[in-house]
Amino acid sequence: MHQAASNAPAAALLVHAGYLWLILALPLFGVLFNLFLGKRAGKAAVSLVAPGVVGAAFVVACYAFVQLLSLPPGSALTQTLYPWIHAGNLAVNVAFRLDALSGTMVMIVTGVGFLIHVYSVGYMHEDERYSRYFTYLNLFTLAMLTLVLGDSLPLLFVGWEGVGVCSYLLIGFWFSETANAAAGKKAFVVNRIGDAGFLLAVFLLFWHMGGANGLRFDEIAAQVDQIPPHILTAVGLLFFVGAMGKSAQLPLYVWLPDAMAGPTPVSALIHAATMVTAGVYLIARMSFLYVLAPGALEVVAIVGALTALFAASIGLLQTDIKKVLAYSTVSQLGYMFLALGVGAFSAAIFHLMTHAFFKGLLFLGAGSVIHGMSGEQDMRKMGGLRTHMPVTFRTFFIGTIAIAGIPGFAGFFSKDLVLASAFAEGHIGLWFIGVLAAGMTAFYMFRLLFMTFYGECRADEKTKHHIHESPKTMTVPLVVLAILSIVGGYISLPMHLLWGDKLGEFLAPVLAAHGVHHLSIPLELALMATSVSVAASGIALAYLFYVARPELPGQLAEQAGALYKVVLNKYYVDEIYDAAIVRPTLYGSRMLWRWFDVAVIDAAVNGVAAFVAGNARVWRRVQTGNVQHYAASLLVGAAVVLAYYALL
Amino acid sequence: MNVVTVEWYLALGALLFTIGALGVMLRRNVIVMFMSIELMLNAVNLVFVALARHLHSVDGQVAVFFVMTVAAAEAAVGLAIIIAAFRNRETVNADELNWLRG
Repeated sequence: MHQAASNAPAAALLVHAGYLWLILALPLFGVLFNLFLGKRAGKAAVSLVAPGVVGAAFVVACYAFVQLLSLPPGSALTQTLYPWIHAGNLAVNVAFRLDALSGTMVMIVTGVGFLIHVYSVGYMHEDERYSRYFTYLNLFTLAMLTLVLGDSLPLLFVGWEGVGVCSYLLIGFWFSETANAAAGKKAFVVNRIGDAGFLLAVFLLFWHMGGANGLRFDEIAAQVDQIPPHILTAVGLLFFVGAMGKSAQLPLYVWLPDAMAGPTPVSALIHAATMVTAGVYLIARMSFLYVLAPGALEVVAIVGALTALFAASIGLLQTDIKKVLAYSTVSQLGYMFLALGVGAFSAAIFHLMTHAFFKGLLFLGAGSVIHGMSGEQDMRKMGGLRTHMPVTFRTFFIGTIAIAGIPGFAGFFSKDLVLASAFAEGHIGLWFIGVLAAGMTAFYMFRLLFMTFYGECRADEKTKHHIHESPKTMTVPLVVLAILSIVGGYISLPMHLLWGDKLGEFLAPVLAAHGVHHLSIPLELALMATSVSVAASGIALAYLFYVARPELPGQLAEQAGALYKVVLNKYYVDEIYDAAIVRPTLYGSRMLWRWFDVAVIDAAVNGVAAFVAGNARVWRRVQTGNVQHYAASLLVGAAVVLAYYALL
Repeated sequence: MNVVTVEWYLALGALLFTIGALGVMLRRNVIVMFMSIELMLNAVNLVFVALARHLHSVDGQVAVFFVMTVAAAEAAVGLAIIIAAFRNRETVNADELNWLRG
């Protein structure tokens, strides 16, 4: 099944690039400026510096990317800053590596990140903690760039944890509401479970690697074929546990829908476009290891496909505009893992990129809607916004057809490549699940579109009166992302049309080859027709339910009864976790507190103190303060000593 | 004819020491206790000198000088403490000078 799986990427040409540190230093400057001077410098200065540094980082990244393109395929720009940890066999440097994979990621992170920073200037303008918000957002950019640029697992892990902290800080940004703070905590705790898997994978890998090394990716790639396959499978699965946490896959996806408690641009940047794709990046980065652990890849594919279907089905019935998009994100991440699992690593990165465009766009569009609706997020109270917010509507429409898989838009190309790869590798079942999920995607996205922008406005009079199009700082990023959502897909054309799979060719040298099976053109066309017709029926159904016959969904819900209720309540997963994990843990902790902390540890400490105090109470009587008693005891003591020697 | 042998001196020393010790134990006036301590010290001095003569060694006499020096220093410090205590409590009764009771 796997033809000539080559382990290591082709011998790469490493070119020193002394300016790579700038890509990180610029956001770092933004963090320090916003943290220490932001409040004093005022909103105008923050609005200039915070997006400015990310934009400048994007310019440097473009420069590096152009230099990379001028080098032969498979090259990498590198820069070593300083030795970081040198202990025993471990020798880790702070060093960066910009190759095809990390270069693509850096372009997405700084490019989409810049647009979302600009958008935030408009969205957060009324917020009191304006400079603090941009401190966190710049810090996130810094951490995410560390994650993708780091040339070793330890440095990647620094970024991995950094983005986790920023995610926590930004989900709970409006922490005066308990629910928001709880959502941040949930994200943090669930991510820690994944991080434990990541760390164990790193330890296991280091343990089985011979000699001194710094856990650099090229070092691991060079040694990976000397490690026994079952260890590689374990390492692969543990890395995937880490990816499950960060990229919200079954069963650790539960934090992502709750993460919508944060400001909407944060949802767009962190919880859709960049951070949640870190798990996808990790597995693509370690692709040379995964091709030697087919068992682990199989698990990745199955979990990915199931997540895609499961999350899409929950998205069908959500009424909160951001929750729909959150479940959609989980579902789309599932597609990326499906692609990784079938060995189509470049397809996963392709979908990651187009998803960053259209999901960033959709979230920002949703933010614009919420902004115009005075904070309302319930789609049942929206409707008819088409005329009130024309720019938002048009861009949102483009985002919707892009994610739904309408031919000609970005999502179509990437999703089609993912599904075709799954089919080509013989995973017909997973392909079928993917097509089903694609139909659901089209349905829930058009349901969202129809409920929000079509029909009568269902808001109350006060809100209705206030509806307005968002300012330029918000609509311009929408337009740019909309353009990217249209053209972004043309970088990888199917069936060798024109320039063919350009992105795939570009990425190929840094990703492990995994026996790519090519489909015949009629078969590929047939697959394409299938997924497009499924998507079209999803759209038609949404049109029927929410525009043509709006009474239908209610009747159907009554007929479906129990099933409707289960899906509406998100399969009760949160409740099950609460009963199976959270409550037992809390109960166990409470018991340990009462019966171990209080009864054993506290009792031991207090016991020692009480023993000493009791003794002191007895023996203090010896100190009468009468000097003659002391003299007497002295005399008796002297007599005893004398008697002892006399009797000897 | 009774010859005064070294035993006489030792017996006298023991007697003086006992008187001194009993004085320290039994008298309540700290100044009297203080004098009793001096008596004990001098009893020891007497024994030192007697044995030095008996053993034809000057070691004992040297020790006596040390004892006398220490006794002088002790008298100075001790009397100063007693005066300070008296100023505070207007008493030299050992039973009442019990500030350090535990």
